[in-house]
Amino acid sequence: MIEVRDLKKSFGPQTILDGVSFEIQEGESLVIIGRSGGGKSVLLKHIIGLLRPESGAVVIDGEDITHLDERNLIRVRSKFGMVFQGAALFDSMTVAENVGFALRRERKLTEKETARKIAEALDMVELPGVEKKKPSELSGGMRKRVGLARAIIYQPRIVLYDEPTTGLDPIVSDSIDKLIIRVTECLKVTTVVVTHDMRSARRVGHRIVMLHNKKIYATGTPEDIFASTDPVVQQFINGIADP
Amino acid sequence: MHRYITGWLSGLGSFGLLVKEVIVSLFTLRVAWRDLIYQIYFIGVKSQTVVLVTGAFTGMVLAAQAYYQFHQVKMDTATLALVGVSMCSELGPVLTALMVAGRVGAAIAAELGTMRVTEQIDALRTLATHPVDYLVVPRLLAAVFVMPILTGEAITIGIAGGYVVGVHLLGIDPVYSWHNMLRYTTIPDFAIGQIKSLTFGGIIAIIGCYKGMTCRDGAEGVGQATTEAVVYASISILISNFFLTLLLGRLFHII
Repeated sequence: MIEVRDLKKSFGPQTILDGVSFEIQEGESLVIIGRSGGGKSVLLKHIIGLLRPESGAVVIDGEDITHLDERNLIRVRSKFGMVFQGAALFDSMTVAENVGFALRRERKLTEKETARKIAEALDMVELPGVEKKKPSELSGGMRKRVGLARAIIYQPRIVLYDEPTTGLDPIVSDSIDKLIIRVTECLKVTTVVVTHDMRSARRVGHRIVMLHNKKIYATGTPEDIFASTDPVVQQFINGIADP
Repeated sequence: MHRYITGWLSGLGSFGLLVKEVIVSLFTLRVAWRDLIYQIYFIGVKSQTVVLVTGAFTGMVLAAQAYYQFHQVKMDTATLALVGVSMCSELGPVLTALMVAGRVGAAIAAELGTMRVTEQIDALRTLATHPVDYLVVPRLLAAVFVMPILTGEAITIGIAGGYVVGVHLLGIDPVYSWHNMLRYTTIPDFAIGQIKSLTFGGIIAIIGCYKGMTCRDGAEGVGQATTEAVVYASISILISNFFLTLLLGRLFHII
């Protein structure tokens, strides 16, 4: 469904990705792990076409999206929902306006139907009744949930999460993990999660790929990765700094 | 030096691409009236105080200064004619545009810049919305729509202020000076000012949007984008004003 082929990207003199390749199957939940600043978010943004690679390709349903212009990418992006690291809610709008944004832009539904869909999406993320609040009145975990509601309301087939649990306390992180699993199962979507939270990676992922030194270093089921004897993988899982 | 030139050229290129996207959008977009009306309110209605104060005091000082000079050659009643012509074709549009650039250009750059650094513009893109359609075009249309109106207001209050100062404070003959003003201030003068104001509206909005959307990360990036938006818009207004004066002057006198 999603295929990343030999992706290379640099910002100025600094190379971020140097030949990254992997595939994601339909309905799969893939977790991308790696050090902070290691290019995980950059990789995720390439999958949805927010960034363009220097070389290589991202293929979505058989279509190479790397050479599409912004207006053609809009068509491809309607398959995706994305939850941003800082939630990226529109701070000039209420929660309801944020969540209903994509539906209102499409102008296919009546206002009543849109309101019902918004309520449903907020129920799905366990935040009923916050429609009228502004993003600034919400806590970090609530914002991420609203961001998720905004991303799933138009029933995308792929949902991307950029560090969904970063900056949240362990209990809220746990609830977000459960939510990701629930969304993957209930809505039958393909999930791609970027994280350095190993607990979250283990719970959420059907498969884990590890990004290290600008390349895919290891790939496997969570059991494989956690059982790995490779020193680099072990160091990352156990969170041990270089001596 | 090499880096400066390539940076400048690539900036020019991305500005050109933005303009291209705006043109594509203008031909294909269904206008979101709610956004447009909000922008008209923000750019137009909320700029009125500053524009009116600017216009009034410009007209007043112009009348006083013109009177001092004309009085020496016994041409007191030409004062309002000078105020009328210069407010309509030069000072009205230029000073209004400079004030709006300071207020609105800065606000647009700061808003879009903050949206960029908090990933809200990326979020728009993931929600299948082109940032140019949603952010740039309503601001551009609103600015182009309101600038002639604001300029008209500045001209009106400027002339009124000039009249009050000239007639009531400096004792110029009201009938002759009014007559002279109407005689020397022509329709082309007013038309030149209105065409200029349309152009300036476009310059303010598009430079503000461009600077906001290409702003660098962090608070410093937003600050710099805001400053640059005002500086670049102001300079572009002053430079384009010179060429517009030459071009439109030539055009209207041929017609």
